[in-house]
Amino acid sequence: MLVIGELINGMFKDVARAIQNRESDIIQHLAEEQVNAGAAALDINVGPYSKDPKADMKWIVESIQKVTDINLCLDSTKADCIEEGLKVAKSRAIINSTNADTDKMDTIFALAKKYDAQVIGLAMDKSGIPNTKEKRVELAAKIVAKTMDFGIGAEDLYLDPMLLPINVGQDQEKTIIESIREFRQLCTPAPNTLVGLSNISQGADTRSLLNRTFLTMALANGLTAAILDPLDKDLMDALITAELILNKNIYCDSFLEAYRKK
Amino acid sequence: MELLKEKCVGAINELEIGSAANAVKIGGQSCMQFLFKEGAMPHAPVAAVEILDCKPTDWPEELVTSLGSMVKDPAVWAKEMVSKTQAKILCVRLQSAHPDWLNRSSDDVVSVLKKIVSAVNVPLVVIGSGDDEKDNDLMPKVSQALKGYNALLGIASQNNYKTITATCLADGHSLIAESPIDVNIAKQLNILVSDMGFDPRRIVMHPTTASLGYGMEYTYSIMERSRLAAFMGDKMLAMPFILFIGAETWRTKEAKDGGAAGGVNWEIATAVSMLQAGAEILVMRSPSTVKSVSKYIDLLMKKGE
Repeated sequence: MLVIGELINGMFKDVARAIQNRESDIIQHLAEEQVNAGAAALDINVGPYSKDPKADMKWIVESIQKVTDINLCLDSTKADCIEEGLKVAKSRAIINSTNADTDKMDTIFALAKKYDAQVIGLAMDKSGIPNTKEKRVELAAKIVAKTMDFGIGAEDLYLDPMLLPINVGQDQEKTIIESIREFRQLCTPAPNTLVGLSNISQGADTRSLLNRTFLTMALANGLTAAILDPLDKDLMDALITAELILNKNIYCDSFLEAYRKK
Repeated sequence: MELLKEKCVGAINELEIGSAANAVKIGGQSCMQFLFKEGAMPHAPVAAVEILDCKPTDWPEELVTSLGSMVKDPAVWAKEMVSKTQAKILCVRLQSAHPDWLNRSSDDVVSVLKKIVSAVNVPLVVIGSGDDEKDNDLMPKVSQALKGYNALLGIASQNNYKTITATCLADGHSLIAESPIDVNIAKQLNILVSDMGFDPRRIVMHPTTASLGYGMEYTYSIMERSRLAAFMGDKMLAMPFILFIGAETWRTKEAKDGGAAGGVNWEIATAVSMLQAGAEILVMRSPSTVKSVSKYIDLLMKKGE
């Protein structure tokens, strides 16, 4: 599974402060810590407090690239902010994200083509997050169809069923897991599937337990990527064990260590 | 129709054995053996000859006859076998140290080994007697004596790996890690060895050789599974393989009672099967087998040109 580290997000106060004060060492440290913990890509979000999102995005990407050449997941609702990141990204980037609205998809997929980036497609549109599996799959299919129009391969698309917090959409969680399974059936080769894992435990206690339990259930149903906190060791252990049980890796007694040596 | 190709993210480790003048490289491939259209296979598998450090006592008639008088002196045996077969690697099994054989002292074994080594100019694989207690005394002395030769020494097993790993680490040799036809133990042993600070790229795996008719399929499937995992990115299974073909095949009933070429044919059949399974070093005992298998390897490698 592709692990995308979530910690470089301006929503967190220390990150917001580091961005504002241009303290690149704080950002770089967060990047290295996540990579060492097993992240294969890093999500970058300048956050809601940024006064100049474009300049901030460029600065973060450049700061991180001084210490690692890992793939970056450029996270913004604004296409021009994402493009600032794409312009300077050295490794193949992931655009986070488009929804299923036609005009939004046209803009984002054009960017993806121009910069050879991968894309996260959210199963939602102008009318909001669907509350049925059928609607989620319908929107996901719309996104898949659009990638085909643009000549973007399914392996470069990550479909996100929009994970809801347990204390907001408890009745939706099972539907979301089923949607992941159905997304994988949409085309051949199958598109990737992704969740922003920490959403499930937003506003709840026992966050780590909720996160890792959902993750193992989603993995068993075809999840191939997640934006998560790689520094949560229990979560990473659960991920490694779930992948082992799904026969993705060969067992040995030190399987946790073996995975981390990969 | 377009050929559907598997995409690999991993490759087998490349390993060099021997000193600069005579070094041999193995591994490095990013495809299943000889599937040149699916990836690169930069180095050919190697046919190696195996000798003992003493006169063999229980080898079948057919094999002993084919070797002739050279077996009386291990240094002569080494020299003649290498020149006769053009083998690129010499494997010496230090059988004489075994308590059930000659029970020679480690110092005596090392002095014979030195004579063998000075008689040839090819990279060396040296393995102990198979008795853990004896080998734990012997192999550090062997390792020291061969310092600078960049040899491949063995054998480390899950229950006895620390002494030989430490000594190979100290003297700059590569290491054979053996598991009992068990991919889980193979991976675990590679981790245990690398946890001692030993570079995993200097490990060669012995998955345990089984001869044709005696469970060869099990070895084959374990090797295949291990290889596929390595190509999917499992670095703890990305080691080259060594197979002791001769030692296994010449124990079989077919080799002992198979008539004029029974043993040789059995050895060849087992070797070429293991070659397809992914073997990088094939250790054989009969001169004509080594020659035939080398020729066969050359032929297969030409298809990649």
